[in-house]
Amino acid sequence: MKIHEYQGKVILASHGVPVPQGKVAFTADEAGEVATTLGGGTVVIKAQIHAGGRGKGGGVKIARNPDEASQIAREILGMRLVTHQTGPKGQIVSRVLVEEGLDIKRELYFGLVLDRASERLVMMASAEGGVEIEEVAARTPEKIFKAGIYSSAGLAGFQARELAFGIGLEGPLVKKATRLMQALYQAAITTDASLVEINPLVETGSGDLVALDAKMTFDDSALFRHVDILKLRDLEEEDPLEVEASKSSLNYIKLDGSIGCMVNGAGLAMATMDIIKLAGGAPANFLDVGGGASAEQIRNAFKILMSDVSVKAVLINIFGGILRCDVLANGVVAAVKDLGVSVPIVIRMEGTNVEEGKRILRNSALNFTTADTMGEAAEKVVQCVGSN
Amino acid sequence: MAILIDTETRLIVQGLTGGEGTFHARQAKVYGTNVVGGVTPGKGGTVHEGWPIFNTVSDAVRETGANASVIFVPPVFGADAIMEAADAGLPLVVCITEGIPTFDMMSALAILRSTSTVLVGPNCPGIISPGKSKVGIIPGHICQEGRVGIVSKSGTLTYEAIHQLTKLDLGQTTCIGIGGDPLIGTSFIDALKLFAADPDTDAVVLIGEIGGTAEEEAAAFIQQSFDKPVVGFIAGQTAPPGRRMGHAGAIIAGGAGTALEKMKALTAAGVHVVENPADLGIAVAEQLGVSL
Repeated sequence: MKIHEYQGKVILASHGVPVPQGKVAFTADEAGEVATTLGGGTVVIKAQIHAGGRGKGGGVKIARNPDEASQIAREILGMRLVTHQTGPKGQIVSRVLVEEGLDIKRELYFGLVLDRASERLVMMASAEGGVEIEEVAARTPEKIFKAGIYSSAGLAGFQARELAFGIGLEGPLVKKATRLMQALYQAAITTDASLVEINPLVETGSGDLVALDAKMTFDDSALFRHVDILKLRDLEEEDPLEVEASKSSLNYIKLDGSIGCMVNGAGLAMATMDIIKLAGGAPANFLDVGGGASAEQIRNAFKILMSDVSVKAVLINIFGGILRCDVLANGVVAAVKDLGVSVPIVIRMEGTNVEEGKRILRNSALNFTTADTMGEAAEKVVQCVGSN
Repeated sequence: MAILIDTETRLIVQGLTGGEGTFHARQAKVYGTNVVGGVTPGKGGTVHEGWPIFNTVSDAVRETGANASVIFVPPVFGADAIMEAADAGLPLVVCITEGIPTFDMMSALAILRSTSTVLVGPNCPGIISPGKSKVGIIPGHICQEGRVGIVSKSGTLTYEAIHQLTKLDLGQTTCIGIGGDPLIGTSFIDALKLFAADPDTDAVVLIGEIGGTAEEEAAAFIQQSFDKPVVGFIAGQTAPPGRRMGHAGAIIAGGAGTALEKMKALTAAGVHVVENPADLGIAVAEQLGVSL
């Protein structure tokens, strides 16, 4: 789960990471008030959306006084902010962070991620802050310093110092950076964060280190023990169909194509998308109904697929291992009748009781197309869309 | 021969008294697996479906002589169950549970790596050695004894591969689902090493998916030291970046972990990579020189 920058800063600050003075505002008036509380001087207005690249998209602006803060917030709030991460449709801005302006001497990068290969969290630091870290990694990997953390010891002092010296910090900044990195690590392990990224972390004119940005992503599997973090979820940032699907415990991701997919198992669901593409079509979604999908789940899945107006045909690909094909077939027939599904449906099922399942589909008097293999199913469903 | 499990496997089920545990213990028994008991804390001393239940894994191992465990406990207890099985000295632990928090797994693996226990999973369908034994949830009736090994991050996509092979009369030595989580016990490389040492395995099917670099690491290993033919498929060629595709580990992050990179690495290592998942079975037949 992702959260907004201002929410991340509150969490980081509570663990001792220095962040700029500031507060979120939902209206232009509120933005002006925050600017006044911050002393009435120069502030930065930052659009709060989950995607990165906000500055380049025009979502970060400087205001010299509260009136200007209010005026700029009015421009940003409600705008459709397009960045390289939002896609062409962009994301509507409904809140801004109003922050004190800082005297920035240099920009650094700090990040904490899981390294799957070493099975450890890795703290990363670079003197190349303020630019995409992926670019730094691709062009000048030697400018990124890393330390693999032993979970029994946590981020050790010597590791943090090595990073601080590595990126060229000197004097009192080394100690400040060490403390800051250890605070980042504490924040991450306390909240089950799968990613913490501060880009940039700035050195100010007065010699302080301050987190100018904050990106935190949390392990979805651990949210059950973080009720406070779950409250930070912003549904406006998510696709409405995906929100609806998550209520029925369906794993659904909206894509741009016209062929709706219903599959059991994540790997098979991805493979089904791939094979549709190979057959010349485009998948409208990823949808995993789970290993033991019930009739209820199939109905819920159809509801979601049918709510997507771009879906012109549906491909159901089920490998019934535990799930029996006759149960699936009955579920599909009931859902299609019930919901009045009108688009063509191609069904490929395999596994336990497959013959009985096919008989149920044939006798349903509904217009299903069946297929014996994944390849055949993909070709048939692409034909359906083509002939529409 | 087969790898990891065979007719000598004596299995206990952690979470046997739960719905999933009961169902799959019965299925394993029907398949011929020697299920010797179960573990449910607090229910020790009782009997469930004819199986003795123990409070701890260590009790179960002592009383039954078990040499393998399969875990069907809720995610919040998953890492603990893994640590308990490793601490009891079991050589093999298969964890089916999906949704174990990553940091829980990180701690469990740190302990596991200091023992000789082999963990398969979590978030996996388990292992089957057709005709011999099954530990997990892979449906037995789609399998056939034979000479092809399968190692895969996926569940139902593995069944698809098994099914394609069986339809072509290409049986399997052992099929291993290693799981789709970011942190897992057995890697592609671990499984490949076992298949390399198994004289009855002639070829291997490797099924990966987007996310992480396990497939690239496997490619490097295959290039250096794996001589049997490998057929590969990577799921998620059409997956959008930055989105988690069902499995906790299946995500293209920061431009890394794409299907294309993995396919390239495997191809460069001499793996026969199929773009189309429907071609897996035929590709294996070609690699083995079997005429269809």
